[in-house]
Amino acid sequence: MSDEENDLVLADLDDGELVEQMMDDLYDGMKPEIEEAVGILLERKWTPYDILTKALVSGMQIVGDDFRDGILFVPEVLRAAQAMKGGMSILKPLLIETGAPKMGKMVIGTVKGDIHDIGKNLVAMMMEGAGFEIIDLGINTEASEYIETAEREGADIIGMSALLTTTMPYMKTVIENLKDQGLRDKYIVLCGGAPLNEEFGRAIGADAYCDDAAIAVETAKRMIQERLNPA
Amino acid sequence: MIPADTDLRDTGLAPIGAGRTLVIACGALAREIIALIDMNGLTHLTLTCLPAILHNDPRKIPQAIENAVYKHKEDYDEILIAYGDCGTGGQLQSLCDRLGVTMIDAPHCYAFFDGTKTFAQRGEVTSFYLTDFLARQFDAFVWEPLGLARYPDLRDAYFGNYETLVYLAQTENADLTAKARDAAERLGLGFERRYTSFGDLEPFLTTGSGS
Repeated sequence: MSDEENDLVLADLDDGELVEQMMDDLYDGMKPEIEEAVGILLERKWTPYDILTKALVSGMQIVGDDFRDGILFVPEVLRAAQAMKGGMSILKPLLIETGAPKMGKMVIGTVKGDIHDIGKNLVAMMMEGAGFEIIDLGINTEASEYIETAEREGADIIGMSALLTTTMPYMKTVIENLKDQGLRDKYIVLCGGAPLNEEFGRAIGADAYCDDAAIAVETAKRMIQERLNPA
Repeated sequence: MIPADTDLRDTGLAPIGAGRTLVIACGALAREIIALIDMNGLTHLTLTCLPAILHNDPRKIPQAIENAVYKHKEDYDEILIAYGDCGTGGQLQSLCDRLGVTMIDAPHCYAFFDGTKTFAQRGEVTSFYLTDFLARQFDAFVWEPLGLARYPDLRDAYFGNYETLVYLAQTENADLTAKARDAAERLGLGFERRYTSFGDLEPFLTTGSGS
């Protein structure tokens, strides 16, 4: 980093420059700078929703694109996600107060027998950034936890994640449980995880396999719209 | 001659041996397979290895194996694939079925070293595993690709849900045990050493049967 960048005072930047700088800082995983910039934009009377969508989500989309293209790797994406999380933790209570647009509600978790949650956490964060309310069940999630929570919370989407070849078949168990209870068509069921693919998603009866967090957001938005406006 | 770990990691191993059955193996298994060939007089086997680093992007494994099978199939009577599923989500098994070659019926080398049935029965959800090869190559396969040298604060994001590092030892080697114990400390995990020897790898090579 140059001396000039070291001396950068975020508060001296105009709005456009600051948003651009936030995207750079997000890309570089600079959490304190993101938190500071969010505070500055709030002082300038930006709405929490605009800060979220125009700076954080837009910046994270660049990170996601570069990950997909092999330019960024997992550590950098994680750092960016941590920076975004820092900004979101400031914005989240304000978003609730100011009534930001709601896209739908998603219950998400890593399936039973599996403790890997990096991908699941990324999806949850990006879905939240896109306006979905997230109920995160964490790791090692039983079918009953997915279904009972979705029922109790009035969710639209059930999202399942797995990293292991040995745990991914449990997704089918969850879907079979939904069918047994006559609830399968009530929910959009999305699945994701490194060893999965579209063929697996179809085979277990999920509505879609999502290759990454950005695709999960796009897919969820499209499917929610299709439910609201059936052809 | 024992191949260098760095070669096994990055480039693999050209065929060694004069047997009519070719074993296409992960580079991480080369030393163990060579030892088993020597111990059991398995002169009908020839060994070649793909780079072990493929495991850091398992989606590349099936294509690499398919390429190797097509490259060598005219030169051998039979081909064995010394891989488990290795994070390919069933793609490797589908490929082997299509090509008519036998692979090891196990999710990964941790399982077949421990004994695939035993491993499944243990149900160790919160354990992270190393083998002899991975104890030697911990930095190349874990520490560096996860960016932990640059960003030590990411450790808990990766390993916060784990409790124990289980070192599945193929050999009695105090230096490797020390390396594995050090890896556990660096990851902030408890440590357990479990001597497995070669597990299900031995019957796979001696019988040519996947399960």
